[in-house]
Amino acid sequence: MRVSLFVPCFVDQLTPQVGLATAKVLKRLGHEVEFRSAQTCCGQPSFNSGQWDVAREAAIRALEVFRGAEVVVGPSGSCVAMMRNFYPELLKGTSHAAEADDLAARTFEFSEFLVKKLGVTDVGAKFAKKVTYHDGCHALRELRLKEEPRQLLRAVKGLELIESEEGETCCGFGGLFSAKFPMISTAMVQVKGGALARTGADYVVSSDPSCLLQIGGWLSREGKPILPLHIAEVLAHDA
Amino acid sequence: MDDSKAIFLKDATVNAADGDQRAFIRKALGGYYTNRDLQKARYRDWERARDAASMAKWSAVNDLANVLEKFVGNFERNGGVVHWARDAAEARAIILKIAEDNQAKAIVKSKCMTSEEIHLNDALEKAGFGVVESDLGEFIQQLRGEAPYHFVFPCMHVKREAISELFTKHLGTAPTDSPEELTMIARRHLRQLYVDADIGITGANFLIAETGQISITENEGNARLTAALPRIHIALSGIEKVVNHLDDLSVLLPMLATAGAGQPMTCYNTLYSGPRKKGECDGPEQFHLVLLDNARTRILADPEQRDALHCIRCGACLNVCPIFKNIGGLAYGTTYQGPIGSVITPHLRGLKQWNHLSGASSLCGACTDACPVRIDLHHHLLHNRRNATKESPTLFDQVFHHGFNFVIKRPWLFATGGRIFRATLPLLQKLPIPYMGAWMKTRDLPKAPAQSFRDQWKNQNV
Repeated sequence: MRVSLFVPCFVDQLTPQVGLATAKVLKRLGHEVEFRSAQTCCGQPSFNSGQWDVAREAAIRALEVFRGAEVVVGPSGSCVAMMRNFYPELLKGTSHAAEADDLAARTFEFSEFLVKKLGVTDVGAKFAKKVTYHDGCHALRELRLKEEPRQLLRAVKGLELIESEEGETCCGFGGLFSAKFPMISTAMVQVKGGALARTGADYVVSSDPSCLLQIGGWLSREGKPILPLHIAEVLAHDA
Repeated sequence: MDDSKAIFLKDATVNAADGDQRAFIRKALGGYYTNRDLQKARYRDWERARDAASMAKWSAVNDLANVLEKFVGNFERNGGVVHWARDAAEARAIILKIAEDNQAKAIVKSKCMTSEEIHLNDALEKAGFGVVESDLGEFIQQLRGEAPYHFVFPCMHVKREAISELFTKHLGTAPTDSPEELTMIARRHLRQLYVDADIGITGANFLIAETGQISITENEGNARLTAALPRIHIALSGIEKVVNHLDDLSVLLPMLATAGAGQPMTCYNTLYSGPRKKGECDGPEQFHLVLLDNARTRILADPEQRDALHCIRCGACLNVCPIFKNIGGLAYGTTYQGPIGSVITPHLRGLKQWNHLSGASSLCGACTDACPVRIDLHHHLLHNRRNATKESPTLFDQVFHHGFNFVIKRPWLFATGGRIFRATLPLLQKLPIPYMGAWMKTRDLPKAPAQSFRDQWKNQNV
């Protein structure tokens, strides 16, 4: 299959290794991977801030960027939810509505693509570490993904998966919410990050790099001995 | 900045930093999660029960004018008197007039959030009527001079010792740490009040159109005494509480109890069918119902958010909300706290002044999943944000988002900007710039990589 990568803007700039790992796993499975460099941001920051006119422009740009792509795969539940669920809402009743629905049907979150679209759970990865998994809210509640990333992690050789308390609790990122209401966002990550640290895992793994920014940022500040890692980075480990 | 927002930010900041209080609230809700899941498991299919509950409310709300008319006809046939109130002031005036016309002195109330919405106690007290809350939690909050913290569990934030001290101060009772004894103290105090009261004021959980009855759900039995002992019963209800059929309660009552409190059924579920009839030995002589609009028709007119009128005030969305659990109910400054409060308060009190509540959410969606009547709560927060931007955009937001859009429309500018951002990140982190400063106060950022993904990709794939 020819996969077009959808790399979130902040992954592009701050955690490029997540995008590279995503491509590595897909290539290992025998797929052709392309990156269309005209892509930038999906428009979610503006959408969540009520600036729907601005977000609509970003959505229309994304439709153009990914026009003709067989499948679009992104290593972020949140950004994929933007394309899958919110582009159709934004563009409802416009001349772009049909194309938005079409893109939504061709766009997949990384773990979802592997498990649901390709039917693969063992990608041949080895990672002899204790990990706990954080469900990003958009993956969990907008895309309804819960078992898919866990199936992938359980198939990784040597990996021990530990569930945490507060399993389905939000980490408090919420995009600009984390900076507009930092006191609430911080209280939330104290609850979530505390529970993750208590598992004794080496890594907190998630399919959402934005949650990892929040959780990892707090864990680092607090000096907790548990590191954030994207699921693609785990699956990319083959030795 | 509007006052309501400034107060919210101040209170939320104080409360979010209060680790002890936050832990107390989490602990208080711990038993609820266990019991709720236990009770949910007894349903053959909880999701289909949600569909049914949602449909029961949908079918009434989407035909509200007709269903209300049918209800009122049947309620009046049962001997009750209906009063229509367009807003809070009209509702207060109606209730005051009933009290004055009947030369009432003492009024006893059972739990009724709609009365909080119209600030009824204040109005009654100012007019010289004594009012006593008979629900234990509301009674405690009344003595504390504080609004309910949670619209189902009004005093969930108050520690036992504080209740004991409160009773000692106001009722002169001996200190105790036994919950049973504290309940008995309140009960002994309240019993005589029911007998002395001329008027009992209750809310209503459901108005049943086909029978003209009012359904009230409670755990303490105080609403029954409030409705039955005084010679006048006044029920106050929002117009959206109406349902078509008595049968609808077969799904709504258990779901209200399970979603809201983790119970199979609430202890007392009572249907009230008018005042004392000829030959009956008890019940009130007069039965009034005040039907309140107070912006509900405004929500009805909004097809996108109309389902907010499905709300049965179970409180499930508060119980699962990480915002509520971390800032507490009082910080909202509203009658209805938590996600449903953030959705409807802008309709009730004005979007410009109350949109900050819709902003104060990570949009995690736990509320929407918990709602037994499937209100699309977290998406409505997005709708409020959009509507507020249209109605009264802030300059900062306009500049920020249009500026951001200018950049992301031009991939070369995005790439160049990104390069500058990464190169200057160590410096930016130290500057008190909007957003960055707020983030850096409690969290680190990853070390900026030398090359972006797009640069590395280009280099690998030339």
